[in-house]
Amino acid sequence: MSRPRPEPVHVVQKRRDAALRALVHGVPYVEFLGIEFDRRGDELTALLPFADKLIGNPMLPAIHGGVTAAFLETSAIIELGWSILWDQIESGQVDPEELTPGQLPQFPKTIGFTVDYLRSGLPRNAYARARVVRSGRRYASVHVEAWQDNRDKLFAQATGHFLMPMMDE
Amino acid sequence: MNGLTPEKKAEIAKRFTEAIPHSKALGMELTRIGNGEAFIEMPYDERFIGDPRTGVIHGGAVSALLDTCCGASVMSHSRAPAITATIDLRIDYMRPATPGQKIRAHATCYRVTKSVAFVRAVAMDDDDDRPVATAAGTFTADHAPGRKSSEALS
Repeated sequence: MSRPRPEPVHVVQKRRDAALRALVHGVPYVEFLGIEFDRRGDELTALLPFADKLIGNPMLPAIHGGVTAAFLETSAIIELGWSILWDQIESGQVDPEELTPGQLPQFPKTIGFTVDYLRSGLPRNAYARARVVRSGRRYASVHVEAWQDNRDKLFAQATGHFLMPMMDE
Repeated sequence: MNGLTPEKKAEIAKRFTEAIPHSKALGMELTRIGNGEAFIEMPYDERFIGDPRTGVIHGGAVSALLDTCCGASVMSHSRAPAITATIDLRIDYMRPATPGQKIRAHATCYRVTKSVAFVRAVAMDDDDDRPVATAAGTFTADHAPGRKSSEALS
């Protein structure tokens, strides 16, 4: 009995990076805010590089609460989209090379999103990681945490409910 | 801060809101403010699209508009301090905003206690009968002048 040889690492990486690119790039608002994603295996970390246009209170200065909300929501929705896409690309059901950025057929829609502001967002880079708590056929619930200098000191967290894309559409 | 006339309070809230860099970046325009109520408009802009296939504005941009509008309504309330920060904000999305139409937000700060301001808001496009999104939030109402406000208008 011999197992099939594992795929070469660069093939695996190329496939996964292409899938992530298709998911993230081509969405104007995500690019406007400058949000990027770092991938380690299937784990994603969202990165929001600081920029002056993100300021909400010029006196402190602090990141705008709306930017924080948008950053967390983007992290949550990309994580959910990624978890759906991961299975499809790893099973060979979808070829990531054929995915056009920003034109993915299936994207979850936000139903409701609740943000807790725990600390003021400082004028420096912010990071976020989202976790799909429940992913059903119709609805999904995602929790997301954001921090700046210290992973343990969150500056915001959020929970969102999403309407799953209809797979047979 | 509570010795200010409603007009002065509205004026300060208006100036502060209009000076927010991110609100400017999103093209927000404050159309009316005073006595715990604020109206802000955000024109349609292709840079804020969330779904390139349909041209629908990203939910995050709507969140930024609602958060700004909520904060402005708090600052204009007679019993709230002139500076505030978001504690929490819940947004429900009823439907995608129609591409090409501006989004108008209306926030009402309906209650201010010793330390917390309670706000609700609605976002509409040209269709006045069907809201695009609604928001409910709490904001700081820290009257102690010596204490550092952690975040103003978040």
